[in-house]
Amino acid sequence: MTFKATARDSGSATVIDISGRITLGEGSATLREMIRDHLNQGHTKLVLNLGDVSYIDSSGIGELVSGYTTVKNLGGDLKLLNLTKKVHDLLQITKLYTVFDVYNDEHAAIGSFR
Amino acid sequence: MTAETKRIEVTLETLLDSVCLAEEICLRIADTAGFDEDDCHKIGMSVREGVINAYRYGNRSQRGKKIYLTVELAPDKMEIHVMDQGQGFNLADVADPLAEENLLKASGRGIFLMRSFMDEFAVQRSRWGGAEVIMAKRYSASRGSNHRPASPQGPAPG
Repeated sequence: MTFKATARDSGSATVIDISGRITLGEGSATLREMIRDHLNQGHTKLVLNLGDVSYIDSSGIGELVSGYTTVKNLGGDLKLLNLTKKVHDLLQITKLYTVFDVYNDEHAAIGSFR
Repeated sequence: MTAETKRIEVTLETLLDSVCLAEEICLRIADTAGFDEDDCHKIGMSVREGVINAYRYGNRSQRGKKIYLTVELAPDKMEIHVMDQGQGFNLADVADPLAEENLLKASGRGIFLMRSFMDEFAVQRSRWGGAEVIMAKRYSASRGSNHRPASPQGPAPG
């Protein structure tokens, strides 16, 4: 399944619904550009909905981390929503599960922004 | 390599497409060998990470260089070799991505993932002078029912 991402407003935040693979040469560069575009528009409260992400490699993980630090440096925040088991396990073994704010409920994710 | 070991060698171009191609080849072999879905995922991702390293850090994206992939199906495990034509590297020099100071780095997790997902992992100097990543997954009790023996029998005598 190829990478696809669409953004929508949800309250004060922007939710990016992602599906497919976030890997080197497929989704990682597109995701980077998408996050950058939203930041350029002043949208600094981002939620990445990964519910339909089937696969993520080290480049994809790197892109999530890079997006997270970029948003944080601009005073915003980036949350993760609906992790699949594979992505959840990957974030666990890389110790990134403790870095990211992770939610299973979109309302809770949106409500967590201050 | 024992008499029962099956071996396949593939020469890959230093291209991004080679990453998915290597992953796909190894996934098919792993599935045929009877690994379950979870192990196939781990094998596929490890191959992917190995070829990404060869492409990016070994051959430095230089089209003139090759990536050599070898897969061996031994009686007890599936062993994968990924070789590049770069300068090679020492495992001891690879930073720990779990260290506090490295957690928020955007790269440096490939070796860690291969080590985590495979039962055996080593790096040595390849015969082309670059790095040779050697990793293996042992067959487990969960080996699927689609397993085909590594030493196929010939047709039954008539």
